[in-house]
Amino acid sequence: MEILDILLSASFWAAAVRIASPLIFATLGELICERAGVLNLGIEGIMVVGAFAGWMAVYSGADLWTGVAVAMGAGMLFGLLHAILSVPFGLSQHVVGLGITLLATASTYFAYRVSLPEVTNPPRIEAFKELPIPIVSDIPIVGPALFAQTPLTYLAFVAAAVVAFVLYRTPLGLALRAVGENPHSVEAQGLSVTGLRMGAVIVGSGLMAVGGAFLTMSAFNSFFFEMVNGRGWICIALVVFGAWKPGKAVLGALLFAAFDALQIRLQQTSLGADIPYQIFLMMPYLLSILALVVMSRRAEVPAALMVPFNRGER
Amino acid sequence: MRLEPVADAGWARTLGLPAVALGGTVLIAMALSLVAGSNPFAVLGLIVKGAVGSKFALLETLNRATPLIFTGLAVAVAFRAKLWNIGAEAQLYMGALLVVVLGTGLLPLPSALLIPILMGTAIVGGAMLLLGPAWLKTRLGVDEVVTTLLLNFVMILFVSLLLEGPMKDPMGMGWPKSERLLAEARLPRIVDGLRLHWGFGLALICALLVWVMQTRTTLGYEIRAVGLNRRAASFAGIPVTGVVIKTALISGGLAGLAGFSEVAGLKGSLTLDLSPGFGYTGIIVAMLALLNPLGVVVSALFVAGIFVGADSMSRAAAVPTYIADILLASALLLMVLAIMLTRFRVVRG
Repeated sequence: MEILDILLSASFWAAAVRIASPLIFATLGELICERAGVLNLGIEGIMVVGAFAGWMAVYSGADLWTGVAVAMGAGMLFGLLHAILSVPFGLSQHVVGLGITLLATASTYFAYRVSLPEVTNPPRIEAFKELPIPIVSDIPIVGPALFAQTPLTYLAFVAAAVVAFVLYRTPLGLALRAVGENPHSVEAQGLSVTGLRMGAVIVGSGLMAVGGAFLTMSAFNSFFFEMVNGRGWICIALVVFGAWKPGKAVLGALLFAAFDALQIRLQQTSLGADIPYQIFLMMPYLLSILALVVMSRRAEVPAALMVPFNRGER
Repeated sequence: MRLEPVADAGWARTLGLPAVALGGTVLIAMALSLVAGSNPFAVLGLIVKGAVGSKFALLETLNRATPLIFTGLAVAVAFRAKLWNIGAEAQLYMGALLVVVLGTGLLPLPSALLIPILMGTAIVGGAMLLLGPAWLKTRLGVDEVVTTLLLNFVMILFVSLLLEGPMKDPMGMGWPKSERLLAEARLPRIVDGLRLHWGFGLALICALLVWVMQTRTTLGYEIRAVGLNRRAASFAGIPVTGVVIKTALISGGLAGLAGFSEVAGLKGSLTLDLSPGFGYTGIIVAMLALLNPLGVVVSALFVAGIFVGADSMSRAAAVPTYIADILLASALLLMVLAIMLTRFRVVRG
């Protein structure tokens, strides 16, 4: 059975973890925003910005980690704009988010065209290389999947651990969760609802941008238009699937990525010869919708999600 | 800072702030031109000239505005009920797809029968595509933003599948393109010799009908009530689920009509580039119009003008055509901010 062969191959699981990495960054970013009560629909555009900014920085001579920092900074800038409009001004988070996605995507394409006017084939960069961790990377299947990845993939898992720790084990995390559930209680504590929410959106947007940068700096090594291709929207579905919890969200991203890696490989089998490739490409999107439907009954949505806060107002 | 309602906004505030938003957009356009190394005033001039500077430019703008009126109305109707339909793009393609399925020879009928049938099918197709997410929202509480967004990707892949497979035009020189519509299925031009089809007229009629529906019917009242406060509406005895479903059918149907109008009025066949994001741009059109159906016509013309003008400008100056999207996104964000500030003032503390 071909599917069994695929599932037992080390390269399949390595690919699944690789595909999951950008999703983990972006899902964590969205999760932080939503936990604080702000739906960030700018995610798709912010990932585009991150993909371009990191790649462009490295192409212009910066080293790889500087590139990641530049991507993060660019994402945080758009996050700041989103935060200003949606938190203190309390504008519709749907409109602001979609506006940010359009603004970020168009600005990126504009910047690309202005900086590389005559280029038809986008230049490639020397991207992150696999960094096998000695000994553990020799374990069959698990080794190549988890311990022979690029540094950015390791960073994704570190980021997940940090987000989970901060969210559940620190006063900051408590305040952040409270601000998404009952902002009035946070204000009664003497904390700034506006500050916490804005901070969450800015940091979350930075993570989304790193997710985008993963695509250009650790996967495709170049920048293409439409390379993010709905990954941001999928991450919003993953946050719901993960019930707004970092651990479950990471698991969701891995599960999703495994299906994605599977459909790519199935395209090359005899099954792929009979079934049009578009059917395979639809799978990730249909799967995300299915995940939303399955989880809808159980999900514990942050109570103040999408509810703007205005001081002194009940 | 804190927001405080303004009791009586006054003319200066209600008109001045949106004017500032528009002025800000123009300033951004000029800054971007400088970034691209062009003379800002020349670029602005080229955009205006490209949008309305000649008979050809004007007709091009009207043609581009046509699908935007439909998708803008689709979004305006849905957003009024706080049904976040971001899937007008997919609904447009569904409408176009059904028009091509029925209109390329399957129904050999005279125009007077065929065109209404195709119109009806496009409406039903678009409506059905939004019915799913609307049903999931009302029944299971599944967020429709993500489902409608993801369906856009599924739909375009589905169209691609059909255009490369069963619906591929054997005479298409290998391009993924459907067969052409029968002559009887094509919308006639409004004036002979002018490149403007009746889709534009239909769009205006739809805007009027939606306006009447929203302001003069019970359903319009119910939609507004549901949008303002779902719980209160339910308490007042309004069947919220039914209203949301009806809204979805109207919204999806309007987006389906955009597909009908593009295929039957303009292109004559279905390709994968039928819509360069008309569904998404419809959101901007609707928001700039403050969800007012008649305003949608004006804002669709404005948005279409920016696109057509920027296209024409980028052929003459070294400013990429993506400037149009940046300007529209900026206009959208600045405008929602300005409108909010007409009703609230920022106070310290």
